[in-house]
Amino acid sequence: MSTEILDPVAEAEESAPSRRRLSRIGVIGWVSIAIIALALLLAIFGPILRPFDPNLSDLSFANVGPFGSHLLGFDGQGRDVLSRIMEGARTTVLGAGFVALIAVAIGTTLAIATAWFGGKFDASVSAGLDVLFAFPGILLAVVAAAVFGPSLLSAGLALAIAYSPYVARVLRGAALKERAMTYIAALEVQGFGAWRLCVRHLLPNISSLIVAQGTILFGFAMVDLAAISFLGLGVQSPQADWGVMVSEGKTSLLQGYPIVSLTAVLCIVAVVAAVSFLGERLDASSKDVLR
Amino acid sequence: MSEHTSATEPVLSVRGLRKVFGTQVAVDDMNFDLLPGRSLAIVGESGSGKTTVARMIVGLEKPTAGTIVACGRDRSKPARRGAERKLRGREVQIVFQDPYSSLDPRQSGADLIDEVLRVHHDHHASDRKRIVGELAEIVGLDQRQINAMPKALSGGQRQRVAIARALATDPHVLILDESVAALDVSIQAQVLNVLADIRDERGISYVLISHDLAVVRQLTEEAIVMQRGIVVEQGVTADILDDPQHAYTQMLRASVPGPGWKPQRMRERKAAADAAAEAAAS
Amino acid sequence: MSSLLEVRDLTVQLKMDAGPREVITGTSLDIGEGEAMGLVGESGSGKSMTAKAIARLLPDGATVTGSVTFDGTDVLALSGDALLKHRAQVAVVFQDPRAHINPVRRISDFMTESLRILDDVPKAEAVRKAAAALDEVGIDDPGKRLKQFPHELSGGMLQRVMIATALLSEPRLLLADECTTALDVTTQAEVMAILDDLRRDRGLSMLFITHDLELAGAVCDRTCVMYAGQIVETSAASRLHEDPLHPYSAALVQARPDISSTAERLVAIPGRPVSAFEAPSGCRFAPRCPHSLDSCRSTDQVLTDLDGGVVRCGRATDLRGNLLDGAHV
Repeated sequence: MSTEILDPVAEAEESAPSRRRLSRIGVIGWVSIAIIALALLLAIFGPILRPFDPNLSDLSFANVGPFGSHLLGFDGQGRDVLSRIMEGARTTVLGAGFVALIAVAIGTTLAIATAWFGGKFDASVSAGLDVLFAFPGILLAVVAAAVFGPSLLSAGLALAIAYSPYVARVLRGAALKERAMTYIAALEVQGFGAWRLCVRHLLPNISSLIVAQGTILFGFAMVDLAAISFLGLGVQSPQADWGVMVSEGKTSLLQGYPIVSLTAVLCIVAVVAAVSFLGERLDASSKDVLR
Repeated sequence: MSEHTSATEPVLSVRGLRKVFGTQVAVDDMNFDLLPGRSLAIVGESGSGKTTVARMIVGLEKPTAGTIVACGRDRSKPARRGAERKLRGREVQIVFQDPYSSLDPRQSGADLIDEVLRVHHDHHASDRKRIVGELAEIVGLDQRQINAMPKALSGGQRQRVAIARALATDPHVLILDESVAALDVSIQAQVLNVLADIRDERGISYVLISHDLAVVRQLTEEAIVMQRGIVVEQGVTADILDDPQHAYTQMLRASVPGPGWKPQRMRERKAAADAAAEAAAS
Repeated sequence: MSSLLEVRDLTVQLKMDAGPREVITGTSLDIGEGEAMGLVGESGSGKSMTAKAIARLLPDGATVTGSVTFDGTDVLALSGDALLKHRAQVAVVFQDPRAHINPVRRISDFMTESLRILDDVPKAEAVRKAAAALDEVGIDDPGKRLKQFPHELSGGMLQRVMIATALLSEPRLLLADECTTALDVTTQAEVMAILDDLRRDRGLSMLFITHDLELAGAVCDRTCVMYAGQIVETSAASRLHEDPLHPYSAALVQARPDISSTAERLVAIPGRPVSAFEAPSGCRFAPRCPHSLDSCRSTDQVLTDLDGGVVRCGRATDLRGNLLDGAHV
């Protein structure tokens, strides 16, 4: 008694989503992809490919504009700006990625655990998160720097911990909704364990939201890490980092030579904007693909 | 079909079942026995507690009091160990109402059944594939449909996948929680026929949770009528529908539209019920 | 009985991402003063879209051809105040009342809003009218209900509030779109009784849209059966169960289990219902029809008069009287 009529709509739609997902990204989407690819390439190969030593200082070139192979000129201490941007991509991009990854991992775990077990566990964890919520990330990073000494690691961990309640709160709602779907109940009745249900079924079904959260946090982390480095509590000068470069460039800026700070700021803004845009798009398109 | 129950021993036995949410009694003192290959309907309107009964039987709710015995084993308390949970999963299964939320949107029917088989048994991959094929045929899905993602399936086809999932572990009892209520009339008939065939072939028992008295008549031999958590009438389905004894059952029966049906307003119905009660008393 | 509503050859296409999709093809129907017309079909048959087209509630970008005439007025040409006036005369009650009521406003605000804003009725009088309407639909203590919020009312109660609200604009035609589907059977009976009373007391015409053939048969004068965006049969509601004209109507009647007997096996219709845009050429039901011939698939079927009804089937005359004999092959 199988269905005799073939289903033309279903047939057509089976192959459509992936195609549609790509075509809907548009020009801005492709530009974003290019920016992210470039940032990643720089983060990985930048320190190898840079044309000059980023820390080689020659004060006679201080605040000298672009010429020859020095495409972006020199900073206030006579160091090659292009080389410092390429060198600094690693700590800046990977640092922000590390913060986003840790925050999403903690937040997702907490979200799924509270949604799954509910009751008193949910209530106490949620209350704890609310307290943590009250601490701004930068404040926590300042405290961490005071306790463990200023470094990228302590600043990054502090930020990750400060961000995680934010992720947990957003994802908990999604996880609760998914938990209430009857397919979860049906598999529970099959005798599936909590671990399998959470990891194999619940997690993949909120994954688009997790990715979206990750991209938003990546942007926040990049800006906050730069601010922390600017304050001198994160990456330490003379190590090249885009946040440090903004900070170092401020004397040149006051002297009417803005290219150092401006280049670093532009790099940060471009990467943050590209990642946010792509994350949002990914979230929106995955929503109508499956349901 | 069943190794540890003889034909006369019930596959499902419920005694003094009770569930209280806060101060509200959702189910009060429910008792029944279900024999192998037989079907029982639990009938009622929203808030009657019929779905709570289903959820307690499959272990999604914990009874406040009473016992539930399936295949000779008590399941009134939550399963502590994974092995016990799986064993219970092979005894009683459930098919829910909403075909849209009852499947993981990222898993095809074939992958779903394959996963269920992997969790329960140590079958070889080729055996699992064979069982998937058999189940698809039983519920009337072709190769393309069983391998399709839920999004590409209609409501009726999804419900067939859900039935195949429930049958994958060869359970003795299948709870049908309004399982055909959301389907179009023509599809509902197909699925009801599939369910009848499965029962004939496998000797499985059904507990049908439903508000639809015509579906109840078609699929079950015995029925329980619930109103606000209380069992008001229990017996042979045909008798209950042809000659309802309790006033509430009579009202339910009279509310079903059919040839010559005249809808009555509450005030008129109440007057009629009072008159009938008086006549019965004298 | 003169026609209050005349729909002629109505075709509707909706604008979708994948291009225009036809949802209704060449629908024609009439509803007389005080008449209750049933509109029956499965999902995708176009029955709700027909109601939306009549009430001018189709989504943006819909293309409509054909004509809808209400009390002599061309409905499809209306705009501005005339359209508002039309919507007051043609009230719609939907399946899910909670989706159509603002949850944070009191029942009285919801009920009296259009009276006070569109008709400039003073507040006290609007509330009095609302209370009277609630009483008419059998709600006890209307004063108390008016002060409550939607979440404090049960689904059945809320649906009666929706009907009462619809009555406030003194409509002449009520479009009831699956308005009892989400309700319990006893509540459904209550709502149906109320609608029946309203029809008698107010001379209200009704288009009663449902998937439930028995319900339509029990409360309507005539019933249209829709399949894949087309009306396939219109006949007296009481006759549809005993003597259907179209094979699809017959198949629907037989597919439903019977409350008073158990069938050995239900006569299921193979395949699944389709929408207008995915329907095959020729007779749209032919692929699922046990009586179809090759000629059914190659020729488009037209509505023809037959024994006091209208049917869209080339074989209707041959099959007359044999459709319910278990003549399935």
